[in-house]
Amino acid sequence: MSNPHDGGGTVIRFTRVRKEYARTGVALDDISLAIGKGEFVFLTGPSGAGKSTILKLVFAEERPTAGEVKVASVSSAALRARDVARLRRKLGIVFQDFRLLEDRTVEANVGFALEVTGAPRASIAPRVSRLLTQVGLASKGSSLPRELSGGEQQRVAIARALVNDPLVLIADEPTGNLDERATRGVFELLRDINAAGTAVMMATHDLDLVKRSDCRTIEINHGRLVYDSGEGPSRGDGQ
Amino acid sequence: MTVALREAVNAFRRAPMLSALSVTTIAFSLFAFGLFGLVALNIRDALGRIEDRVEIRAFLADRTPVEAAAAALGDIQAFPEVASASLVTPAQALDRARQELGEFSDVFDAAILPASIDVKLKPGSRDPASVRTVAQRIRTYDFIEDVRFGEEWIEKLYQIRNVATLAGTVLGLTFAIVAVIIIGSTIRMAVLARSREIAIMRVVGATDGFIRRPFLIEGAIKGALGGVAALLLTWATNEVIVRYVFAAAFFNLRLSLLGILAGALIGLVGSAFSVGRHLKHV
Ligand SMILES: Nc1ncnc2c1ncn2[C@@H]1O[C@H](COP(=O)(O)OP(=O)(O)OP(=O)(O)O)[C@@H](O)[C@H]1O
Ligand SMILES: [Mg+2]
Repeated sequence: MSNPHDGGGTVIRFTRVRKEYARTGVALDDISLAIGKGEFVFLTGPSGAGKSTILKLVFAEERPTAGEVKVASVSSAALRARDVARLRRKLGIVFQDFRLLEDRTVEANVGFALEVTGAPRASIAPRVSRLLTQVGLASKGSSLPRELSGGEQQRVAIARALVNDPLVLIADEPTGNLDERATRGVFELLRDINAAGTAVMMATHDLDLVKRSDCRTIEINHGRLVYDSGEGPSRGDGQ
Repeated sequence: MTVALREAVNAFRRAPMLSALSVTTIAFSLFAFGLFGLVALNIRDALGRIEDRVEIRAFLADRTPVEAAAAALGDIQAFPEVASASLVTPAQALDRARQELGEFSDVFDAAILPASIDVKLKPGSRDPASVRTVAQRIRTYDFIEDVRFGEEWIEKLYQIRNVATLAGTVLGLTFAIVAVIIIGSTIRMAVLARSREIAIMRVVGATDGFIRRPFLIEGAIKGALGGVAALLLTWATNEVIVRYVFAAAFFNLRLSLLGILAGALIGLVGSAFSVGRHLKHV
């Protein structure tokens, strides 16, 4: 396992990671991968392959059974329960089902994530409005989630994921509930965010999307890494 | 802190019925506790008043020299347990008997009552063991014929008091545990109602402490409100008793505040319990 991009350039590193769930057995076996700063990586593979499990290991919702997961130079071996919150503030997480608070406005949903991390009160409103502008929802701040389309709701979730200027944006099938047009819009937004320097790790079923872009692709099948279009932090530098 | 407070207040707005229910249950638990406390308080007051009358009476032999009696009196007054001691002559004893017995005073006309030394003990030394020790010490003078101190009576008094204290503690703890369980389960309902929100908070990097805080504040506020309601109920009950039964004593300000604080504490413990369990679970 020689990788030239150790140290500062790597934001996520899996080393011989194995994950067994108590009830369903082995979900991941011997996964090693490294994702560099500012990379855009697709995670593909059939249903049940272990994509979500990999992402959950990244944001420490699950712990590896064996091997090591290192995120932002924090090792899973050294990660205590009370470090998890701090780790997650370095990440942005987006899900297929948006996970917005239905009884709060768009602004409140984004601001909520800032409050949670103890941001100064006065700094919240301007930051929220900047983020909403960035995701193209400047005019929807006072709407409720149910008054938005799926694509717009996902943009709110992305804005919320960006509040802490994350090192990596983790997206688990962010376009899974969206039609083609909305999918393209959300994908473009993720690319823009990536272009501004945030690494993106996105699990998806949408092979068209993967093919049309030239992003690094990692394929998982039956819990094993079966294909990686290019290791390392800079894309397209092939081997 | 302000966020946590706002969330706690929001919780009341979102589930007013549930909140009212938990405040009411805490109020009734503490009300039961308060009633018992009131009974205990009054028993203690009454016992204290009876205790004031605890007295040792040492009867002198006939023809005890006055100097010997006076010397003994001085010794006894110097005992650390003794508050005061006085010499009662046969004539004074007769007077006292006449006063106490009123219309039957004739009976004593011919009687010759012995002289005695009457001893009052200090408040901390009125328990059976102390009384017995002092009596024993007085008995060592050879001109003391008999020492009376109503041994059995004191013994009983203390038994009643110990039983009352024990019963109060046991019942009080039971009520407190019940109240903790009740508030724990109402907070648990609130936690479950917001489990989605909690999951989202965790995803965006909220610490467990941050997630817990509004629930703890909510629990403490409910507990304190329950405490205030219980205090009002207890006070109203006491007023009725005072008006129609007898002049019962009520908690002083410190005890009342302590009761409200106890309510807040019960609320805090109950919610800490159920939030902790939920957070560990997910
Ligand atoms: N919390 C869990 N408890 C037990 N088993 C689980 C859990 N989560 C996932 N699994 C199992 O682990 C394996 C991988 O699941 P995972 O969710 O990672 O797949 P996936 O690639 O994300 O699938 P999909 O594309 O359908 O989302 C599956 O066999 C699944 O049953
Ligand atoms: Mg999945």
